[in-house]
Amino acid sequence: MPLIPLPWLSDHVDLGGRTGEEVAAALVRVGLEEEAIHTSGARGPVVVGQVLSMSPETHKNGKTIEWCQVDVGPVHGVVVDDGGPPVGPRGVVCGAHNFTPGDKVVVALAGSVLPGDFAITARKTYGHISDGMICSERELGLGEDHDGIIVLSRMGLDGPVGSDALALLGLDEETVEVNVTPDRGYCFSVRGVAREFSHSTGAAFADPALVSTPPPTSGGFLIEVDDDGPIRGQIGCDRFVARIVRGCRAYGPSPRWMQRRLTQAGMRPISLGVDVTNYVMLELGQPIHAYDLDQVCAPIVVRRARAGEHLVTLDDVDRALDPEDLLICDSPDGERAGRVLGMAGVMGGASSEVTATTSDLLVEAAHFDPVSVARTSRRHRLSSESAKRFERGVDPELPSKAAQRVVDLLIEHGGGVCDAEVTDFDVRTPVSGIEFDPGLANRVVGVDYAPARVREVLVEIGCSVETGASTWTVHPPSWRPDLTRGIDLVEEVARIAGYDEIGSVVARGSRGSGLTGEQRMRRAACLALAHYGLVEVLSYPFVSLGVFDALGLSGEDPRRDALVLANPLDSTAPLMRTEILQTLLEVARRNVGRGFGDFGIFEVGQITSPGSRPAAGVPGVAARPTDAELSALHAAVPHQPVHAAGVLVGERTPASVHGPGRQADWADAVEAVRAIVRVIHGTVEARPVARAPWHPGRCAELVLRIGGVGEPTVIGWAGELHPAVVTAFALPERAAAFEVNLDAVLAAGGDVLAHAPFSTHPVAKEDLALVVPAGVPAAAVAAAVRAGAGEFAESVEVFDVYAGDQIGEGMKSVAVALRMRAHDRTLSAADVAAARARAITEAERAVGAVLRS
Amino acid sequence: MRAIMCGVPHAGDLSLDPLDAAAIQSAVDAAIAAINAADTLDQLKEARLAHTSDRSALTQANRAIKDVPKERKPEAGQNVGKARAAIVRAIALRQETLEARRASEVLVAEKVDVTLPTQRQTLGARHPLQTLMERIADIFTSLGWDIAEGPEVEAEWFNFDALNFGPDHPARAMQDTFYVAPVGSNLVLRTHTSPVQARTLLERGVPVYIAVLGKTFRTDELDATHTPVFHQLEGLAIDKGLTMAHLRGTLDHLAEQMFGPGIDTRLRPSFFPFTEPSGEMDLRCFVCRGAEAACRTCGGTGWIEWGGCGMVDPNVLIATGIDPEVYQGFAFGMGIERTAMFRHGITDMRDMVEGDIRFSLHYGTEN
Repeated sequence: MPLIPLPWLSDHVDLGGRTGEEVAAALVRVGLEEEAIHTSGARGPVVVGQVLSMSPETHKNGKTIEWCQVDVGPVHGVVVDDGGPPVGPRGVVCGAHNFTPGDKVVVALAGSVLPGDFAITARKTYGHISDGMICSERELGLGEDHDGIIVLSRMGLDGPVGSDALALLGLDEETVEVNVTPDRGYCFSVRGVAREFSHSTGAAFADPALVSTPPPTSGGFLIEVDDDGPIRGQIGCDRFVARIVRGCRAYGPSPRWMQRRLTQAGMRPISLGVDVTNYVMLELGQPIHAYDLDQVCAPIVVRRARAGEHLVTLDDVDRALDPEDLLICDSPDGERAGRVLGMAGVMGGASSEVTATTSDLLVEAAHFDPVSVARTSRRHRLSSESAKRFERGVDPELPSKAAQRVVDLLIEHGGGVCDAEVTDFDVRTPVSGIEFDPGLANRVVGVDYAPARVREVLVEIGCSVETGASTWTVHPPSWRPDLTRGIDLVEEVARIAGYDEIGSVVARGSRGSGLTGEQRMRRAACLALAHYGLVEVLSYPFVSLGVFDALGLSGEDPRRDALVLANPLDSTAPLMRTEILQTLLEVARRNVGRGFGDFGIFEVGQITSPGSRPAAGVPGVAARPTDAELSALHAAVPHQPVHAAGVLVGERTPASVHGPGRQADWADAVEAVRAIVRVIHGTVEARPVARAPWHPGRCAELVLRIGGVGEPTVIGWAGELHPAVVTAFALPERAAAFEVNLDAVLAAGGDVLAHAPFSTHPVAKEDLALVVPAGVPAAAVAAAVRAGAGEFAESVEVFDVYAGDQIGEGMKSVAVALRMRAHDRTLSAADVAAARARAITEAERAVGAVLRS
Repeated sequence: MRAIMCGVPHAGDLSLDPLDAAAIQSAVDAAIAAINAADTLDQLKEARLAHTSDRSALTQANRAIKDVPKERKPEAGQNVGKARAAIVRAIALRQETLEARRASEVLVAEKVDVTLPTQRQTLGARHPLQTLMERIADIFTSLGWDIAEGPEVEAEWFNFDALNFGPDHPARAMQDTFYVAPVGSNLVLRTHTSPVQARTLLERGVPVYIAVLGKTFRTDELDATHTPVFHQLEGLAIDKGLTMAHLRGTLDHLAEQMFGPGIDTRLRPSFFPFTEPSGEMDLRCFVCRGAEAACRTCGGTGWIEWGGCGMVDPNVLIATGIDPEVYQGFAFGMGIERTAMFRHGITDMRDMVEGDIRFSLHYGTEN
């Protein structure tokens, strides 16, 4: 983002002595956010010194140094007598030899800090105490020159011995870096920022673009625009100004002050020819290109690229051009537009650059279509100072003024003359005025602006305003292509009048109904899991193809069908998870790695099931999309249900003074799901299933039933993880996990629950031990007992399972506690006995149970 | 026992005459003394056996009533009856006292060390970003707003086009978007929660007051201040007559709810394609309060960016079929992570996103 050196800014607006922070604060008020305040980084006592004497000393390493006595003035000099003023010269060791006694130099004294946080101390070197350092340009961040130290007279500078050299060299100057939003392209210039500072503070603004320009002539360098592929009807180049300067020392260096400003603004000084174009661009915001006139052949033609064309850009990259790229071409060997000079508004090629021998220049200042420049810049991933400005919009009035400024600066600092001919290709279409209802500002902003104030603000930002009875016609200034509608003008009014004037009223809805049922239940489910002892964590949804293998998913497993990102951060993890466990197990591994062995974690979040879908359409935005367009859009967006998943590792009950610990196991995982399902008053039936990533013999498929009625729905899986998965994720043995489609669970809930009447008559309890084949699920035994006991059965709980010698090979005993109660009477002994007998009979019929004797 | 053995007629002494009131009284006195002297329930049992058993003097006297002349039998019966009742009363009384004493001694003996660790189940917790989002949702529902939701993998049209990000708008390129393969799927990972604005306007129409809390994605590498996956609060209010004052008022209210009364806010101009006028809401720096030029938290400006906002651009209303001549309103978006960092003094984004259980456990189930 643009760097604005304060001295440069103060050329065009009165800063009133404000510091960088104060300038930044003023700019923030009008929407230019402060990014940073830059300084040279040099601070402390860096002073003008005069070399009194120097003696070369050659040392053992073959290096010759100068042992210098340097007068640094009365304040910084060496104390000669106790109590006397410091007057003596300081002794300094210097490795350079490009100076003589009497030269004034820059001395960094002990306690100063040079750019790069380089602290200067008095130190012993080459047999002397060097009491400071004589600085080169590079050491001060002034340039690249490190061949010798700075001799002030050679820079055209002078100052009293002992005076502050930082101020003399401009190293105390501040540069404000502002963040320019995409609508304010004109603020990519000292001109634009000075204007905004003036808006913010009322300070006097002097527009640097107010230069007088000669009228266009014929006979100048021939410029033609052949745009056979305008983007959205917009010609790629609607203005192109060309000027010629001859006999200019463009190859020589630019003046120091210009180099200094360019450096502060973040650009590297190169030569007068290049520096002047950059300087004018930074000042006005108009990108400019200077060609070596001898190297370009008229006419210059602006056209779209042809299939197969290439260009080696200034950054030495050979780029295959796209037919949409707008090019600047010239016509060597009589072939019109036969050679590509550059990508218009983005970057030039090497062929026609200003070189060390250039003395005749062709100055180009053009106006290109922002969309065309933006697309080319994006397509070639090539951002340049020029592209940054063009894609945000450049003032189309500028080309002639900027070109004139370049011509003036070249001749002023490099000599030469300019041709009288001025080429100004100009096919701009006039911008129509905005019909503006002056009351709109009050209605939108909520501030009672007087019409006169509204008008004043619009004029202040450069609009011309024709007031009318009800609506005004407002013509925005040329540098504000973003102002096209009344609402855009409203923002300007609010912005310049100040957002501080806006009041504060809380907006209350009148028909709110609180959280939806699903939102409340989702919260309750999360809280249930937390109270169940699991810690909620978040994980990134990005996974690698390898995770499916690590989880043991078969080649055909539909969970391998994952959404692929075109530009993942990590190219090894380009997929979106299809189950939360795919990323949650990684979190479990991280926590184990950090020294935690006993914990449970859970995450609730969306997963993506892409399936096979059509590409999403891109309807227009001039009106509401049609219902067909909308349903096609919705259909193109992948299914993304919210899942809840958890991992339990190590001890669920820690060993303690109260007794031994208990390992978390498959049942804890199943019970976590039951804790979720209780939120919706549902019950879950567990069915044995073999499914990755779980242990094939210790995984339950969980089937949801609401109130024992309705279609049973598989909502998830829980159990002990497969040992290979436990190993792959470096988890403690026997870790358990669950994964549930929370949306499916919550969708089944939410109905108003009817009261369930309960009996106050006494309970009858019967315990039954039933011997069944070992493969019969306990739940089936319990279900048979309940069915047999009939209407009196209040609850059936399996409280023990025993297999062993007393039962017989391949059999087990399932002990069931049956509680019975009638709703209308006390059960008689006969009732209870009959129910018990029915339960046993049914268990025998259903699961082959025999009452254990 | 010694008291029973000496000084009073022994239980074996059969000479107690049921008509001898004085002798009976002295037997009663002796029995009560023995009962009250019993210091344990066992001693009380011995005393009871000694004075009420078959062989005790009063039982013998009772038996002797049958030998008393008929006309004096009532007198004898009364003597003995009263005496026995008095003893039974005394035993009951003493029994109660001794039982109460034993009960309290049991409680003393059952004392435990209550300073021992009591936690027997691993602890759970909510993630503070989630509870913070829930808290914010509650603030908005209490204002009569609804909470809306939307998908994380989103159609570009909802994420950009409907929000006035034209296909060539520089802001579109600035969003650091994750695109879904293949090119031309026109799907992205939503770069903000704002597509829910467009969805809500299309689905619910106006007037509408909604807040959205959810996950968003940008291609930033994870470091102390950036995360590619983060969370946003989105607000959208469209009605007749809503102005920027409602925008500021609502955000001021939220700031006060989040950071406490007296929080200083600043609204300054900014730019977003889907709002016009646009603004940025800043909070007074929590660390230096604007007084520290070298403050690392605010960079010396005294203000911290909180989120973007503005009046909904008429183009957004047009694209969703709402008449901008009739309805207008505002929208805002705040980073949940930033809000949490400011609220709790979290300095490293990574703590929030890596899933370290200590981060969540620190906050428990509320923050």
